[in-house]
Amino acid sequence: MSDMTSNAILALDNVSKVFGRADKPVYAARSVSFALHPGRTLALVGESGSGKTTAARLIMREYVPDEGRLLFKGAPMGKADAKALKAYRSAVQMVFQDPFAALNPTHTIRYHLERPLRLHQPDLDAAQRKAAIVELLERVKLDPAQMMPKFPHELSGGQRQRISIARALAVNPQVIVADEPTSMLDVSVRQGILNLLNDMKAELKLALLYITHDIATARYVADDIMVMYAGQIVEWGAVDKVLDDPHHPYTRLLLSAVPDPDRRFDDVRFADELSRIDEIRTQSALPQTQISQVGDNHFFRALPA
Amino acid sequence: MSQPVLSVRNLNIDYVGAEGDFHAVKNVSFDIAPGEFFGLAGESGCGKSTIAFAISRLHRPPALIRTGSVIAVNGRNVLELDDADLRRFRWREVAMVFQSAMNSLNPVLTIEAQFYDVLKAHGPISRAAARERAAELLKLVDIAPDRLDAFPHQCSGGMRQRIVIAICLALNPKLLIMDEPTTALDVVVQREILQRIDVLRKKLGFSVLFITHDLGLMVQVSDRIGIMLEGELVEVNDAQTIYRQPQHAYTKRLWASMPKLRGEQTRLEAAP
Repeated sequence: MSDMTSNAILALDNVSKVFGRADKPVYAARSVSFALHPGRTLALVGESGSGKTTAARLIMREYVPDEGRLLFKGAPMGKADAKALKAYRSAVQMVFQDPFAALNPTHTIRYHLERPLRLHQPDLDAAQRKAAIVELLERVKLDPAQMMPKFPHELSGGQRQRISIARALAVNPQVIVADEPTSMLDVSVRQGILNLLNDMKAELKLALLYITHDIATARYVADDIMVMYAGQIVEWGAVDKVLDDPHHPYTRLLLSAVPDPDRRFDDVRFADELSRIDEIRTQSALPQTQISQVGDNHFFRALPA
Repeated sequence: MSQPVLSVRNLNIDYVGAEGDFHAVKNVSFDIAPGEFFGLAGESGCGKSTIAFAISRLHRPPALIRTGSVIAVNGRNVLELDDADLRRFRWREVAMVFQSAMNSLNPVLTIEAQFYDVLKAHGPISRAAARERAAELLKLVDIAPDRLDAFPHQCSGGMRQRIVIAICLALNPKLLIMDEPTTALDVVVQREILQRIDVLRKKLGFSVLFITHDLGLMVQVSDRIGIMLEGELVEVNDAQTIYRQPQHAYTKRLWASMPKLRGEQTRLEAAP
């Protein structure tokens, strides 16, 4: 994926993260490489346990890579000092899956948005901070006067997720990692959040990593997509190319299992893959080092022969 | 049409509160035919789970089913059963797979013991015969009989979910209620489980009441679908018709808010 790392704001370069005992290692991430670009959304899809959240934690520097490097604006992030770490934290923000757990129930919305401003922009006076909070709430399409004095329990799930997004935006980030931001919301609310993420990306030139197991929403928001299985990215490229012409057996299996109102159960896209679920899982979990290119911006890992 | 397995008529359910009642289910009527896969869709809070619980009379105060409501299973009004009848009725006529059912197994009992629990509660059966029956049931859901001696934590989430379904089928129920049975599972496992259910209901002839908020999945598996909005059943039709020619404005907005897997991608507006 070397061509993807040019002008990237953030990149993982051949990163592995191993858990478990030395004689029985579990690769939560195996030779993972990808790059995030300003104004582009990259979707990371895969089943639970495939390593999606490990990738997010590596980016958030909650995990230190066992192999490989994390590159920020082209420079490797090693053991950064406190100041560099703070700068990184304000550049890279996260929106979590559960909007009910991500906010502190004992604090008002105003407090939630004021705190990152106090910490990361200490020069602002009280009036400037308030103006910034109003702007943030307007940006996420909430009524500032109404919202500021409220507590999280007074808000709907969709509103809380908007607050989480506003909080992430408070520190003027360049990268947002959104880990399943809509999976706990109803379909009708989901759309509003996805549109908001799309608008933020375009208006603020954000680089967005959208982590999900919902392929349809990935297609809706993303420019590029990566499919992860057992710690490896098995296929990646432009979202329409990967979804229309999947090459890795696991991608095919995943796509044939995605709920699709246009196909009844007996009308199957990749029937063969669906009849070999266990075999494909076993094979796809093996290390796959050989990368094949399908076309411009479309790659997959070849299964070992 | 033969007699429906389930016939719900004028079902009204209130959640009784000190400051007035919340009318959660409003005059809902629908039928499920033998062998039919019926989907009930709607957003959280629309009353779909309240209906599911009421059918097996598992609703608890403050939920109150109003007089005049009828829930008939094979022609018998469930709301009039006494405790002894109710005990016989549950599992044997209607079995329910709960949301996060994979966590409803007892962590300190083996799988075999949990099958035995259900089987012995509903008729005299020897431990050996129960084990044999349990092995048969596990085979139905594609699980090797050697798993009988395993504990729940030794099985994956998808496997636990299938075990719960197998236990639900132990007494050959006429109706299987599944309330968001696969929400916590990934799509490949979800597909495996629902495909298995689809095969089994054709083979064993039971009906399914399927509750989900995944509309794509619902259209894919259901014969007929009912759409709920704020306690009311606003539209019922066969799955393809309700997908391709929705009549109610809310149904139309629901489909419109669903991102598509192929074809033109347009900006979708949220259903208000």
